[in-house]
Amino acid sequence: MIEPAPASLKPSPLRERHLALGGRMIAFAGWELPLEYAGTLAEHEAVRTRAGLFDVSHMGEIEVAGGDALALVQLVTSNDASRLAVGQAQYTAITTPAGTFVDDALVYRLAADHFLFVVNAATTAKDYGWVREQARTFGDAVVVDTSARYALLALQGPLAAQILQPLTGVDLSGLRYYWFAAGEVAGVRATISRTGYTGEDGFEIFVPPAAAPRVWDALLEAGRSAGLRPCGLGARDTLRLEAGMRLYGQDIDETTTVLEAGLGWIIAWHKPTFIGAEALRRQREDGVTRRLAGFELLERGIARPGAAVFAGEARVGTVTSGGWAPSLGKAIGLAYLPVALAREGSEIAVDVRGRRLRASVVPLPFYRRAR
Amino acid sequence: MLPADRKYTTSHEWVRVDGTEAQIGITDYAQRQLGDVVFVELPEVGRRLRQGEAFGVIESVKAASDLFSPMSGEVIEVNQTLRDRPQGVNTDPYGTWMIRLRVDDPGELAGLLDAAQYAELVG
Repeated sequence: MIEPAPASLKPSPLRERHLALGGRMIAFAGWELPLEYAGTLAEHEAVRTRAGLFDVSHMGEIEVAGGDALALVQLVTSNDASRLAVGQAQYTAITTPAGTFVDDALVYRLAADHFLFVVNAATTAKDYGWVREQARTFGDAVVVDTSARYALLALQGPLAAQILQPLTGVDLSGLRYYWFAAGEVAGVRATISRTGYTGEDGFEIFVPPAAAPRVWDALLEAGRSAGLRPCGLGARDTLRLEAGMRLYGQDIDETTTVLEAGLGWIIAWHKPTFIGAEALRRQREDGVTRRLAGFELLERGIARPGAAVFAGEARVGTVTSGGWAPSLGKAIGLAYLPVALAREGSEIAVDVRGRRLRASVVPLPFYRRAR
Repeated sequence: MLPADRKYTTSHEWVRVDGTEAQIGITDYAQRQLGDVVFVELPEVGRRLRQGEAFGVIESVKAASDLFSPMSGEVIEVNQTLRDRPQGVNTDPYGTWMIRLRVDDPGELAGLLDAAQYAELVG
């Protein structure tokens, strides 16, 4: 008998598949999800060299539609959604008046006046409330939390396209990075997006939850001979950290501005206005005083979130994300540092269980795939 | 199946005594909790340990965990292969010893768990 999920956790539509595959289940953002199956290192390696399949159904979806949909999206985000063609997506910040993050998100243009946000699981309800509140100032914008309509599978790695193509009529060779297309996968109506959180080529596949197991099985079967592995949250984290991708709640939150986070490239300064624009313009003029920087440890050990960062005897920051980078054979991490220190080559030290280990600031991303 | 030729601690180490010497490692339960091991920090040969004293650290992808000595004694050998290849801890926890001790008092074994008791502990 399969034990039901703990009462307080939301089960994924793929729960039984994870258990059958030997997934070690953990609680994450109120969901019960697999941390790993064969092991985080093996799963990480699979994605970097072949392909991996992730259940990311916990991500939230919020849709905005109506004559004022674009205007609402433009108000609540930092990036310029008017640049999006139908079928195109962009990374953006949902900003507070202080220019900090309500969340980071991908926004998809489904139609001229219909947008989809894919947001973090832990912040879905907050984001929905925030966008709905802002929508009140518009006469023709409807905001709906459509998370329950979608399961989301992420197929990531250099072999992802060759594994997926036989299962879909969508021509993947014509699907560019950050574009998406509607079609089918394994006979199931799906939207395929060329996006991901790993730093590899790959696809995020939106399907109705009831059909998710069928699509999951079809992908694993199709990828078997190519060495496709199911992958859990452990590998999701090691992969995104190597790729320099921020994690909401650790690296970015309502206390960090888009500029401090090193994400100035998602700010569309030419937009007439957006929430937080004034604060960000002022900060741009004055200059940030701290910036998110990447570092690598020079001594044996692993820096973890919350570890103190020192320059000489002075405490200068705190590790926001940190861990082992399997593809690099090093321990890496992120921390907000005073701007003078937040540059390549700066020498810092990180407290690891009472010992101060030497570290060096390095440019982001830590890992970049061969093109 | 838990090996019957050794004793266990509530902190998930095992100890196998052979005369006056003991080999010490961690259990399968421990390695599964830890996940993939990245580093194992072990003591110097010659170090004296008291029963229950921390003798090293195991760093996995997920977390760091102290290692506690099941018995008192002197470290006579350290498994050097774990420095560069710690994976054995995950793939063969009962066949991968970390340190060998010259034990002070084999009587300390009486206070440790046998295989059945440890099995009950970890469920």
